[in-house]
Amino acid sequence: MNTTPRLVEVRRNALRQNDTLARALRDRFRDAGVRVISVVSSPGAGKTTLLEKTLTRLRRQWRLAALVGDLATENDAERLARAQAPVKQIITGTVCHLDAAMIERALEGWNLDELDLLFIENVGNLVCPASYDLGEESRMVLLSVTEGEDKPLKYPTIFNTADVALITKIDLAGAVEFDLAAARDNIQRVRPGMQIIEVSAKTGEGMEAWMGLLQSQIADRDRVQPQSHRDTETSMER
Amino acid sequence: MSIIEGAAEEALRHGAVKVNAVRLKLGPLSGVAKDALLFSYELACEGTALEGSRLVIEEVQATVFCPSCKVERALTSIQRMCCPVCAAPTPQVAQGREIELVALEIAT
Repeated sequence: MNTTPRLVEVRRNALRQNDTLARALRDRFRDAGVRVISVVSSPGAGKTTLLEKTLTRLRRQWRLAALVGDLATENDAERLARAQAPVKQIITGTVCHLDAAMIERALEGWNLDELDLLFIENVGNLVCPASYDLGEESRMVLLSVTEGEDKPLKYPTIFNTADVALITKIDLAGAVEFDLAAARDNIQRVRPGMQIIEVSAKTGEGMEAWMGLLQSQIADRDRVQPQSHRDTETSMER
Repeated sequence: MSIIEGAAEEALRHGAVKVNAVRLKLGPLSGVAKDALLFSYELACEGTALEGSRLVIEEVQATVFCPSCKVERALTSIQRMCCPVCAAPTPQVAQGREIELVALEIAT
């Protein structure tokens, strides 16, 4: 057999399939008038507790739902279901992040027109979720005070792709000698201009500011959004 | 895995009988570590059209657009998103998020 080795130029984003699907989801969310917010953090930073409290507070006023990613269990969905909002667990098995195809499958049978706000809780991981666009309008990154103030420097990419940072378990800041100024500075270093909210889902401290942000995001949901930075990074594919 | 699927698709499209190498551009803000990719590549290729191929990674320099100099500048550290010349902070990443299949070395 005559085989000639040769070099062929390809030039395609390795995550093209995911990005294409994520863009289609984003269009669907906008058409349905539902605001979609994803939440990322390391394991145990308090995503589920924050969402449980958030759903409980807002569910009388808005139509809310949540998708929750986890490697193995349905524990998070069970906890969130206590807030009496529609919740679906996405069990990823060995996969350490959610991707757009998982979101699309999880939404089967849901009428997005009947929702105002949809949360997507990613798998607890500060690495891989950074690379996967889920079609969300904004991405919240949580940093709990027990993790230490240098997390943003250790995982700059996930902080860089997020839109808002929440410093959680703020009620424990004193006990663990958390340096709040340093944490804020580190976040600003890797993502200049990022809004930062300090909260404690347990004591309620800072929850008003967080609710205010969500209220304004929901109120803005019909406005045409500027293209998100997750969109533009794949603009070469168009 | 999406790298392998994408490369296999392109290999098929170009009528490759064998893929010798896959060339990939990787940015420091892609969220993917070069060493981890290289380490897992051989295993991930097993049983696919890419089995036996090499992965060649070209690391991309991260750049940001500086709002005060109004030009694109190379970033000195992804731990400090600011202009290396005037020190103005900037969240505008111009380059550095790439996980891009650049080329394939194939036998046809």
